[in-house]
Amino acid sequence: MDSIIQRISQGKFWPFHGGIHPPEQKKITNEKPIRQLPLPKQLILPLQQHIGRQGDLLVKVGDKVLKGQALTQSSNPMAVPVHAPTSGTITAIKKSAIAHPSGMSELCLFIDVDGEDTWRKREICQDVSQLSHQQIIAKIANAGIAGMGGAGFPTHIKVNTKPDINFLIINAAECEPYITADDLLMREHSATIVDGINILDQLLNPAFILIGIEDNKPQAIKALQQATKSLEKINVCVLPTKYPSGGEKQLIKLLTGKEVTSGTLPISSGIVVQNIATCFAISDAVINDTPLLRRVITLTGQALAKPQNVWALLGTPVSYLLAQAGFTRQENTPVANPPVTNPPVIMGGPMMGFSILNEQVPVVKTSNCILAPSKTEMPSAFDNNANEVECIRCGQCADVCPSQLLPQELQWSAKAKDHQQLAKLNLFDCIDCGACAYVCPSQIPLVQYYRIAKAEIRQQQQLDLKAEKAKERFEARKLRLERDKIAREEKHKKAAAARKASMNKKTPEAGAAKSAVAAALARVKAKKAAGKQDSTSTATNNEETKSSSELPIANDEALDDKSQVKAAIARAKAKRLAKSTAVREKAVTNDEETKSSDELLVADEEESKQSNSADDKKAKIAAAIAKAKEKAKAKKAQATELAALSSEQNSEQNSENSSATSAKADDKKARIAAAVAKAKAKAKAKKEQQSNPQPSNEEIK
Amino acid sequence: MAFWIASSPHNHNQAETSALMRLVTYALFPGIFAQWYFFGWGNLIHITLAVVTALISEFIVLSLRSKHGNKSTNKHTLSKQLFDGSAILTAVLIGICLPAIAPWWIAVIGSIFAVVVVKQLYGGLGQNPFNPAMAAYVMLLISFPVQMTSWQPPLSLMTVDLNLSNTISTIFTGFTSEGYSVEQLRADIDGFTMATPLDTLKTNASLGLTVYETMQNQIFGAHFSLGWEWINAAFLLGGVFLIFKKAIAWQTPASFLFSLFICTFIAYSISPDSSASTMFHWLSGGCMLGAFFILTDPVTGATSTKGRVIIGALAGLLVYVIRDFGGYPDGVAFAVLLCNMTAPLIDRYTRPRTYGHQPSITKQEEGK
Amino acid sequence: MINILIAIIVLGAIAAFFGALLGYASVRFHVDGDPIVEQLDALLPQTQCGQCGYPGCKPYAEAVANGEAINKCAPGGEDTIKKIADLLGVDVQPLDENHEQNSSLGHGPTVAFIIEEDCIGCTKCIQACPVDAILGAAKQMHTIIIDECTGCDLCVAPCPVDCIEMRPIAETTQNWQWDLNKIAVKQID
Repeated sequence: MDSIIQRISQGKFWPFHGGIHPPEQKKITNEKPIRQLPLPKQLILPLQQHIGRQGDLLVKVGDKVLKGQALTQSSNPMAVPVHAPTSGTITAIKKSAIAHPSGMSELCLFIDVDGEDTWRKREICQDVSQLSHQQIIAKIANAGIAGMGGAGFPTHIKVNTKPDINFLIINAAECEPYITADDLLMREHSATIVDGINILDQLLNPAFILIGIEDNKPQAIKALQQATKSLEKINVCVLPTKYPSGGEKQLIKLLTGKEVTSGTLPISSGIVVQNIATCFAISDAVINDTPLLRRVITLTGQALAKPQNVWALLGTPVSYLLAQAGFTRQENTPVANPPVTNPPVIMGGPMMGFSILNEQVPVVKTSNCILAPSKTEMPSAFDNNANEVECIRCGQCADVCPSQLLPQELQWSAKAKDHQQLAKLNLFDCIDCGACAYVCPSQIPLVQYYRIAKAEIRQQQQLDLKAEKAKERFEARKLRLERDKIAREEKHKKAAAARKASMNKKTPEAGAAKSAVAAALARVKAKKAAGKQDSTSTATNNEETKSSSELPIANDEALDDKSQVKAAIARAKAKRLAKSTAVREKAVTNDEETKSSDELLVADEEESKQSNSADDKKAKIAAAIAKAKEKAKAKKAQATELAALSSEQNSEQNSENSSATSAKADDKKARIAAAVAKAKAKAKAKKEQQSNPQPSNEEIK
Repeated sequence: MAFWIASSPHNHNQAETSALMRLVTYALFPGIFAQWYFFGWGNLIHITLAVVTALISEFIVLSLRSKHGNKSTNKHTLSKQLFDGSAILTAVLIGICLPAIAPWWIAVIGSIFAVVVVKQLYGGLGQNPFNPAMAAYVMLLISFPVQMTSWQPPLSLMTVDLNLSNTISTIFTGFTSEGYSVEQLRADIDGFTMATPLDTLKTNASLGLTVYETMQNQIFGAHFSLGWEWINAAFLLGGVFLIFKKAIAWQTPASFLFSLFICTFIAYSISPDSSASTMFHWLSGGCMLGAFFILTDPVTGATSTKGRVIIGALAGLLVYVIRDFGGYPDGVAFAVLLCNMTAPLIDRYTRPRTYGHQPSITKQEEGK
Repeated sequence: MINILIAIIVLGAIAAFFGALLGYASVRFHVDGDPIVEQLDALLPQTQCGQCGYPGCKPYAEAVANGEAINKCAPGGEDTIKKIADLLGVDVQPLDENHEQNSSLGHGPTVAFIIEEDCIGCTKCIQACPVDAILGAAKQMHTIIIDECTGCDLCVAPCPVDCIEMRPIAETTQNWQWDLNKIAVKQID
């Protein structure tokens, strides 16, 4: 370990592969101090400004908010809160364009600034060393700090780790051309930054603290060295300027000689990397109880009249910043067709930033630069990759790739959508730094190809996962249905057995005690059954009559539901009004009727088996709604089923009486079977007639 | 207000493939000048013929290929593709390789073959597995051995004054304006046909003469090979310029020359009588042209640094083997084609270790 | 005669030897390959939509293994057919017209959506759903678990009040495909 420090103190580093030296252009802004901007009129705060989840809203439209007041909260550890950057009124909570390359809209809070800039109550912490780890982490989490270098990983997760941290690396490399935000922050607030680093030291207790800074920032280096003079543990490491030495993995390699194993986070190698601006924010949050409300952002590029670093409140629209920096916009005349597009405005640096779609896009926690280049300065930003020609395998991209990938081979596979080969070529180790596309003489937008391929692969993986889940659920469902079926059969058997048992008990009892009453009852029942049987046999060609007359008890109960169902059906009917035809309407009534019988069946617990089979049939009927032919078939099946039902009911009633009547019932059963057969034949013959009797159902009811 | 949308990176070093091709073409100029100085106008005429033919055939193929595409965008891209410099570079290389007084149709056929068959039929720029110029040269050498070996001696050794008009008439009719045939042009004062130094060496070796005896031939001049040594030196100069401009990778020529040096040095140490010196090998034939301009062709070469070293070394070995043991006096073209074939395989096995990945399982185990 | 016998014996011995060797090798180096049905099932999209005429992807995989046509999977499309053809070593066939994706669904993945005010709680869709992605009980409003829905649209037909529709999955920043050309340049002010 000492050798690492020795090497660093000698100014020797472990160079990473590749890298490029694009024109730095930091002179544009690094001579001027950070400017304080007047408060903008309106702030647009996206609920999600970092990797992870968005929190739940704590405010509603019309609420007055104070500066520093939390607007969202969440119990999810991957969510960090958003705070009101200044006092004002919430005027809207709606979707608005966010700082994302897709230019899509996400939920944003619109705050009308009242200009008072009133703070909420703050508690200044006098002595940080008195705070426990948990308190500090809670403070960091509540301050809504997410990595301010680019990705925006929630900081409180990064600092809340297992104790054995070897290296704490502070990333002050700022290798992207043009950007000087960190440079200026270091020059002007080195003391606060060092306070922040000390807090991190207290939390993580690393063996070494290394500040990685590129040698193109001499003043910042001096300021840091001055501020860390008394601190033995902190080493300011001056690195040769090379893009992308500020990439997390590249910086780790440069400073420690270690490589982060692919697919893992640096933390697994005992390394924590924090951005220098994050350190500033941590110090502000822990000591001054100031949540992350503002950040330094570089406004640069030759299209700006007054390029400078500014303190921008989070949520400041880019249009306001551009206006402050003197951006000359091209106004659209209403007749202009196609509409005039303004020169690109890039959020982030020229290498990894993304062009924003419109000026409403707000500044978020991760925005470090607004770049408005002129055409002479950055012609390739204007031509939209129109100059792409075939790859000639010159290999320059492979020479500059900091991850030692083979961009040219990746490119072929990406174009061919050969995802397996892409995985073999370690596409996911690509850090999107853009070095390959920068040097490509064929001007192939390599990074764009990789990004598309990565998105596709991720989506494919998700689909695979989903398919796997669907399969599991399908199998589970099949098993469940199987199980239910067996359970139902079991239940039926039991119920039948129970019935038999009770019957056996009942008969002698009836004969002994209440023979007269029983006899009378039996007579009545027998009569009833006989009458019903007659009606059944006569009415087989009109199954509607039968179904309602057979199940009169359940009908009452069903009436309640009916009204509900009717209402729904009325709605459905209204919906279908546009395409309503005679056939269609008939189908609806048919449906209704099916339902009525379903409800009846469901009401009767003992007949759950029938209800189930009826359900199946019901599904069939529904599926066949439009087809008259199939409808008829289903009806016929229903008729059969109902007939069978009646026979069972009859047999039950009969068997309750006596053996004589049960014999009679057998006889009747045979007759019913005959009747059913007849009904079948008739139903087949009377296909057209079957659509007519439906209204009678309502009447009978 | 809407902004222009483009994907990152927004900046570019403004390098262009066509500019790269042009740079390589310019780097050939010293060599071409040396050729002109020692062998007259012949190669310049062949270069002109080849360039014109290449552009015409490229235009025809490109318009055929773009027939099904979008018309409006094609006009733009067609001219861009036509003048991307790759066809011109190929043609210039063919012109340089041909014997100065070869008939005109040699250049034309070679050029058409290179552009149409070797380049475009395989999918155009960036898709061809073989170097078009070398493939065309080999095709010509095999198909028209007589014309392709009708090397003239350097002008200083020639009996006939080969001026511009004489050269043109020789190339187009086979005879100079005075009526000398190609054979007569190639003869020295004594009437013996003169060949290239490499050819002479090969022939004499088969006759049992030692290298030393052979070197006494006037064709070898005072140093290694009259004229050829300066031409090679000029190509070396152009090549160094390209390396300086980072247009080509230095590994390939360095490895090639080193490999050739090793082979010839070993051979020379074992039997100086039957083997020529390293300097002779380096400065004769198409050695430098091959090292700096042909082997470094990115399309057909290896892309990884390791791969380039391997390709260079392999080519050096092959050139030596063909020159000393093979049937042809110069082996650069064959060596290049053979190396082109191996390039994909070499690339496959020389993939660099990606950041954050273990070198390989076997190495890991060895480490334990 | 003896020569012939010798030849027969020698050849026979060699044949026996190699036969034994092969037999031993086949036992010794036996590889438990994935049963073909499992492999086929892995290729299918697992929407369990039943559009192939089988009640789920596994049954269709079994049927294909037993010689059913490979071009009946509508959600999988040409891609899946190609993969199955590769696996089985048969020719690629165009998608069966009867099984082509319902064109009204448009392109891209969809999920079912229940218009809740119209739902009467009939549970018919629950019974139709092959992956149990619909939540609800009799006479209670139903809803779809979007993450579980495979977009098979089997629940649409059984609904008596037509309250289920297939809606395309919205593109968010999470699943955006980096298609910069498709970003509409729109006027804000």
